[in-house]
Amino acid sequence: MNNLEIKACPIIANHIKVALVGQPNVGKSMLINSVSNAHLHVGNFSGVTVDKTEVLFDYKDYHYTVVDLPGTYAFTDYTIEERVTHDYLCAEDYDIIINVVDSTNLAKNLQLTSELLTMSKKVVIALNMSDEARKENIEIDAEYMSELLGVPCIKVSAATKEGIEELIEAVSSKHESEKKQPKLIFSEPVEEEIAQLVWYLDKHKFVSKNSYRNIAINLLKGNKNTYASLHDEPIWVELQPILIEASRHIELHHDTTDIKEAFAEEYASFNRGIVAEVVKSKQVQEKKTMTERIDNVLIHPVFGIPIFLFFMWTLFQLTFEIGAIPMEYIDAFFGWFGDTLGATIANEDIRSLVVDGIVGGVGAVVLFVPNIIILFIGIALLESTGYMSRVAFLLDGFFHKFGLHGQSFIPLVTGFGCSIPAYMSARILKNDRDRLLTLFIIGFMSCGARLPVYVLFAGAFFSPEMAGNILFIIYISGALLGLAAAKVLKLTAFKGVDEPFVMEMPKYRLPSVKLIWHTVLTKTMMYLKKAGTFIAAAAMLVWFLSNYPHNLELTKSYETKIEISQDSSVKIKLQHELDEALLEQSYLGTIGKFSEPLFAPLGFDWKMSVALQTGLAAKEVVVSTLGVLYSLGGDVNETSNSLMGAISENISFASAIAFIVVIMIYLPCLAASVVFTREAGHIKYFFYLFAFTSVVAYVMAFIAYNVALLFS
Amino acid sequence: MKTLLDCHKACKVKVLKLNTSGDLKQRLISFGIMKEAVLEVLEHAPAKSTIEVKVGKMRIALRAQEADLIEVEKI
Repeated sequence: MNNLEIKACPIIANHIKVALVGQPNVGKSMLINSVSNAHLHVGNFSGVTVDKTEVLFDYKDYHYTVVDLPGTYAFTDYTIEERVTHDYLCAEDYDIIINVVDSTNLAKNLQLTSELLTMSKKVVIALNMSDEARKENIEIDAEYMSELLGVPCIKVSAATKEGIEELIEAVSSKHESEKKQPKLIFSEPVEEEIAQLVWYLDKHKFVSKNSYRNIAINLLKGNKNTYASLHDEPIWVELQPILIEASRHIELHHDTTDIKEAFAEEYASFNRGIVAEVVKSKQVQEKKTMTERIDNVLIHPVFGIPIFLFFMWTLFQLTFEIGAIPMEYIDAFFGWFGDTLGATIANEDIRSLVVDGIVGGVGAVVLFVPNIIILFIGIALLESTGYMSRVAFLLDGFFHKFGLHGQSFIPLVTGFGCSIPAYMSARILKNDRDRLLTLFIIGFMSCGARLPVYVLFAGAFFSPEMAGNILFIIYISGALLGLAAAKVLKLTAFKGVDEPFVMEMPKYRLPSVKLIWHTVLTKTMMYLKKAGTFIAAAAMLVWFLSNYPHNLELTKSYETKIEISQDSSVKIKLQHELDEALLEQSYLGTIGKFSEPLFAPLGFDWKMSVALQTGLAAKEVVVSTLGVLYSLGGDVNETSNSLMGAISENISFASAIAFIVVIMIYLPCLAASVVFTREAGHIKYFFYLFAFTSVVAYVMAFIAYNVALLFS
Repeated sequence: MKTLLDCHKACKVKVLKLNTSGDLKQRLISFGIMKEAVLEVLEHAPAKSTIEVKVGKMRIALRAQEADLIEVEKI
């Protein structure tokens, strides 16, 4: 027996493994953050945490491992994230459960709690958001609640950090104490049946590490694991008829044929009893809450959608207008930095590598940090206030016409920031077909990395007053195109029944400045880190490919020509011709020339073709490639020394439009493709996505190019 | 038979029956939409495609098709 126990519990003595469980959006991740100073992503809608995350910290005598599990409304496998939680709780090794509940809505939260209490695990209940509850005049008698449920209930607030230490203390003392049976009492008929089964198990001295009561409840609830473990036992033969009879009684009592519904009603009435005993609410019932008053405006049947569009328009205006202010300085800084650095390097090849390759490439990407920051602030606000779910509500009818789910909106909006978290948040969709469909069109929502390309081209071809509107049009038309693509896919590849739309609308919350600051800082640092590593490496590669092989003959023939010519303007012209010729015979030039015919119908020169191909790695690389190519190619002269100027001089309006269209539609980036493949579940979907986006991008760009030609 | 879909804004009703089974029923129950529960209609989205109801203190959005499966009576 002793041996067995060690095997079953490999956790060392002073280590406590905690499973953090709760309904969606009760502040589990935020609680972990305030317990351990970790920095998990927090939002105000269900489904922010889509996979389990572990956080480690030490407190007094113990090491703690806290596993943050995705929120779940009940013990069901409705969505992938709920399955993650359910599987973890049933199959993994952990010492104790912290059940996080929202103090302002205890009745609803206890629904999950009561299911946890039947699990025969040690449980501590964290009554979170107690500061908010106080504000709403809701008073919970935590001590009485602990007594009634037979588990410790601790008032905490992740936001103000009150009660955090008490919570950890409660966890360690619960861990040290003997396992006690929580007091979960059912209605008389159910209790009778439980007693009957317990009596039977007791009579046969059935050996199990779980209590008889626990086994009985799980049998009645139809728990598959309990069935599986009892099925091979000799007593099963006799147990089965008793069980069938017992289930029938309960179903009869609840006037249903669904035992799960019967138990849900049992739990609900038990919870009503608890809430009536422990919650003192001084709230005046008829007064409208703040959330309801805001909702009257924001989800108004007529004004709701225009208000939403206005918010989005404002966001893109700000992205361009405010983002443009520091750009000049950043641009000037990198110009100065490159020159200063270049002056210290004697070797011409190395100087070119450092100045044109690394500084030029990275600088072109860093230039857009201000725009990125503003976009991320906008998305963080959307996520943390609770407005996201309102938009899902408003747009579901519209989305549904295109075969999408209202909740698809959440991954789609996340996609405006970055496709990677967007692919992951598509897990909130239950139905595989709906999820795949959403995954396929997330790419149509232009991510933050594409913003630099848009800003570059919008700035090069439109007046500053128009550029913000152009950005808005690009994003909206990308989204509309995505909807159209969804419709096509729904009618062809993803035919099937629609997933029901049942979603909680969270309370509005004022986002904390700290939270927004934190989210934006993390994402911006990620962008900068990428610029410093991945993008710098790609820029070096592009530099190498565009400088080699050296062609000495060509250089010599031009140099003699330059020497014999007298006029200085001819000299400069010849120098440019030489640069251009060298670039064309480089490796990159060869690749570009090779693929040029393919892109010729879209009006792209070979440099644009190359930029698109390097853009498959990451969209920022498009900008850095263009930066390297146009600064090496001798196109940059005295009147236009910025990339924006070079582009407006060398690229026609129609080609630029077609280029933007391709950027809008084709594959986001390498990293996103990997995540897409993982979330879609099979490599074949990646090839479908690649083929689908490439074909759509090509066709749309071709149309856009020819339409733009008519107007220019 | 009256369903949730027939209700107007600000109308309070009691749930009589959920005319569905399986996952959707479980989902509704886990949101507190079950027999005897009291619902209040808060808002309709454009074209009544989606409806927002209040259950206890929770606000739930449902699509018209789903609302039509919930049999209710006025209180």
